Amino acid sequence: MTVDSFKWLSPALANYYKGMAIQKEEVPWTPLTKPLSRCRFSLLSTSGIYLKGKQPPFDLDRERREPFWGDPSYRAIPRDVRQEEIGVAHLHINTSDIEADMNIALPVHRFLELEEAGEIGSLAPTSYSVMGFQQSQDEWRERYGPEIANRMKEEGVDVAFLTPV
Amino acid sequence: MVPYLAEASGTPRIVAVEFPFGHTLGHAHDRDEQLRVIRDALRALQEIEQPNTVVHLPYEWPDFDHWRTAWHPPEPPPIMQWLREQARQRAEAKHQE
Repeated sequence: MTVDSFKWLSPALANYYKGMAIQKEEVPWTPLTKPLSRCRFSLLSTSGIYLKGKQPPFDLDRERREPFWGDPSYRAIPRDVRQEEIGVAHLHINTSDIEADMNIALPVHRFLELEEAGEIGSLAPTSYSVMGFQQSQDEWRERYGPEIANRMKEEGVDVAFLTPV
Repeated sequence: MVPYLAEASGTPRIVAVEFPFGHTLGHAHDRDEQLRVIRDALRALQEIEQPNTVVHLPYEWPDFDHWRTAWHPPEPPPIMQWLREQARQRAEAKHQE
């Protein structure tokens, strides 16, 4: 089976994505040199998850005022996060199922279970959340991406597990 | 979800699953489904040898007629509202010609 990238999109949106000019960067490649049972993982999702009461939500008010803008910042999500602590700020998807179960987008609890079972070495202290509607990736490429990568390195992360929504 | 974009932008290892937007790893509270997709991705991590490889997962999401629009946000996103307003204004201008 070949996954249809456009199955869930209207014909108009599908045509928009097909016509999009995509800048192909050089493909980064780091070989996997140890078994998963000794790898530390960090997660990153584009679902707009944030910690209620501790972090500001992604700036949806500004996006409403400036329809071509998306908040490029990120939120650090600790490995001991509880479902009831998270909010979801994203104007482009129905967020209710993520609000019910964050693991469909940022699978923190599933990875803790894999760690407990010894299938992976560990889940890092910190995972990350961004909001995926971005017309420009400049701030991700030049500021927030390198910042997240450096934080992952400081925490000894071997593998970044990315879940776009 | 959109392996076309992941591949085109140079992602090193890609696992594609035909689930609706907002539901990358499966249904809410379906722990077995979520772990199935995650374990498939971990297997791909171990097996992919060529950069920019896409592994396609075989899972089908049930009830397409419902989910075709159920993943949509409650209100159209600002960009969609803006595009629709532009189209409306163009149609109105053309009508007045």
